[in-house]
Amino acid sequence: MTAPARSAARAWLALWRGWSQSMWHLPLACLLFWASGVAMAHKPSDSYLSVSVQGSQLSGQWDIALRDLDFAIGLDADGNGDITWGELRARHADIAAYAQARLLLQADGQACELRIGTQLVDEHTDGAYSVLPLQWACPGGAGGAVRSLALEYRLFADLDPQHRGLLKLGAGGSTRTAVFGPAAARQQFELGQASGWQQFIDYAREGVWHIWIGFDHILFLLSLLLPAVLVWQGPQGPRRGAAWGRAVDWQPVPQAAQALWDVLRVVTAFTLAHSITLTLATLGVVSLPSRAVEATIAASVVVAALNNVFPLFSGRRWAVAFGFGLIHGFGFASVLADLGLPQGALALALVGFNLGVEAGQLAIVAVFLPVAYALRRTVLYRQGVRIAGSLLIAALAGVWFAERAFNLKLLPF
Amino acid sequence: MSCPHRLLAALLPALAICAASAAPFLPAADTQVLERLPARASDPKVQELQALRQAWRQQPGDVDRAVRLAERYFDAVAAEGDPRYIGYAQAALAPWWALPAPPAAVRVLRAKLLQFDHRFIEALADLDAVLQADPAHGEAWAWRAAIHMVRADYAQARRSCEQLAALAPPLIAVACTAQVDAATGRAEAAAGALRNALSSAPGADPAQRLWALTRLAETEERRGAYPAAETAFRQALALNLGDVYLLAAYADFLLDRNRPAEVLTLLKDRTRVDVLLLRLALAAQAAGRPEREAWARSLGARFDAAALRGDTTHRKEASRYRLTLRGQPDQALALARENFVEQREPADARILLEAALAARQPAAAAPALAWMAASGIQSVALQALAARIKELP
Repeated sequence: MTAPARSAARAWLALWRGWSQSMWHLPLACLLFWASGVAMAHKPSDSYLSVSVQGSQLSGQWDIALRDLDFAIGLDADGNGDITWGELRARHADIAAYAQARLLLQADGQACELRIGTQLVDEHTDGAYSVLPLQWACPGGAGGAVRSLALEYRLFADLDPQHRGLLKLGAGGSTRTAVFGPAAARQQFELGQASGWQQFIDYAREGVWHIWIGFDHILFLLSLLLPAVLVWQGPQGPRRGAAWGRAVDWQPVPQAAQALWDVLRVVTAFTLAHSITLTLATLGVVSLPSRAVEATIAASVVVAALNNVFPLFSGRRWAVAFGFGLIHGFGFASVLADLGLPQGALALALVGFNLGVEAGQLAIVAVFLPVAYALRRTVLYRQGVRIAGSLLIAALAGVWFAERAFNLKLLPF
Repeated sequence: MSCPHRLLAALLPALAICAASAAPFLPAADTQVLERLPARASDPKVQELQALRQAWRQQPGDVDRAVRLAERYFDAVAAEGDPRYIGYAQAALAPWWALPAPPAAVRVLRAKLLQFDHRFIEALADLDAVLQADPAHGEAWAWRAAIHMVRADYAQARRSCEQLAALAPPLIAVACTAQVDAATGRAEAAAGALRNALSSAPGADPAQRLWALTRLAETEERRGAYPAAETAFRQALALNLGDVYLLAAYADFLLDRNRPAEVLTLLKDRTRVDVLLLRLALAAQAAGRPEREAWARSLGARFDAAALRGDTTHRKEASRYRLTLRGQPDQALALARENFVEQREPADARILLEAALAARQPAAAAPALAWMAASGIQSVALQALAARIKELP
């Protein structure tokens, strides 16, 4: 921004320069050049740093202007005045090292190690910025929620004392801001102990969020719920399997209550089971290798989906929900462990997270059930969704299984 | 749950709180140009700066090298309008920056850098200290006059001009005094003196002529002598120095004459300079052009970015933006009042009067009215606004 006083002073400068030429031998031509080359927005140099504290997890993002990086370490390799993505990408390691050495973080007095991920690019009001994902590893790891954070910011301090680091610090559901500069290079933030209720809400929110983005859990549940609005009217006994694919043998349930009862049994069994193992695993009573857990979860989705096409346990889907639910619980437990558990409030976190998962799950059921109930008479639902949909789910989960069991990367997501 | 989900869960809140950032992206191709630097590396000016920087790096404790480099950066700020160079200049002066009494060359430069941050008192203290030791330091007198003008201390400004007269070329000496006269009820004499000085120094340096012509144009405009003002503006523009201050002043002149189309032509492609972007948005609004919204939004984003850093040195522009482009007279008035405490030039008074009028708070205009009475400034626009303020209930 050009400040008001700058305009007056600037006019003086133009005057003074002409006059002072003889003293300092400054060629006026350079003034003309610069003046005609105005291209940048008038904004001083800033970087945008965001740090997020979740329990013992510290992550963030750091946006640093390409112009500043160019001044510090040189980005314009071919010197043509344009910084291309290729030129920027080539300097990623140097940028990460430069940035890493100029941002120190201590959590509860312990220095944490900063890891910088692969950069992206973003546009701010004054041009393009390198966007660096940040992740800190602190000694003591998941040893409870961080209470006090100290940041020391030295970026460009030697090159541009007017540079500022603008921090947004998110912790315990609230965000605070701070400005770093040479006069305030080190700042300490007391995160305090969030209130019990706030912690409870935070963990519940994490639970909801986790089930929503946990496609494997959702697909497992939906696969088991798909047939809930239908009832088997075909032949019983040995011929049953052969007739499984015929639409005529699947009739819509006459009453909503019947579907509701079926859903209730499945959901309750799943909830009960994963609550048990989530609790046991979180308390350290039982532990399973995470890769095996993840692979089994994928396998459970395959089984649940295929069951809709090739009957294995038609009327006992609640039992499947319970059995595999035990495994899903271990999956939830590892997420909770990653979030970090507050010392002295373990039960609170556990209950909050679990209730969050249940609430998120109920929300999904609440959306699914009315739609399925409304569509239950259509061939589209009875054949299309039940067979093609289930096969699709089984195929996707099959790939997940291969990925997790054999440590491959097959899907882009 | 696969790993990306967990990563996403961990990153999402971080992304959400980073409101300053829109949406980070992965550029599609290596050839994609992300940023244009102000100049190419092969440019002689860049190389010259590079050479100065190199020399300074070898001996950062050498005052001469440091001052030479810092001076060049300071020149770049004024010419380019990019405040990054202020920081670069300050970095070169680092060994002396915090000293109570650095060498005179450093001290004058420090004053020039401080006034950019509106730290006028400290800047004046540095200049006065230099002048006490060396009363023949012309540059220090010139800056002292400029800062006193901004602070509406006309007696001190005049005194500085008088001291400067013996040390500077005639055009500068006349122009210095003329700007004080123009602000203190002697506009007609000031315009005459400027015109005489300009015609008796036809071979003067273009930068000096630019400055004198701009002062003349502003003086004539305030007096209501619009054809004379326009002639001076056009003569100044014809020097082709691409001066941002001149462009902004002429754009304001055109906006006041209800000629927004000419502003759009004059300033096209200058959207990255904030003061000019403000005028473009105002012109687009007056002309009913669709670009108005995008320009206003971009301007708002830049004010927000400055506010994040706690920067308050552009309240005059922010006030104009709030008042005219956002229709928020109360916010505009608050900004204009704060601004007027720091700076009291005609443009500062004008936005305060306009905001007070729009917010229907005549009492808030009192500082501007008092300044008008005390200085004796002659300004058709300010007097009309003052009359309307007095009509408010």
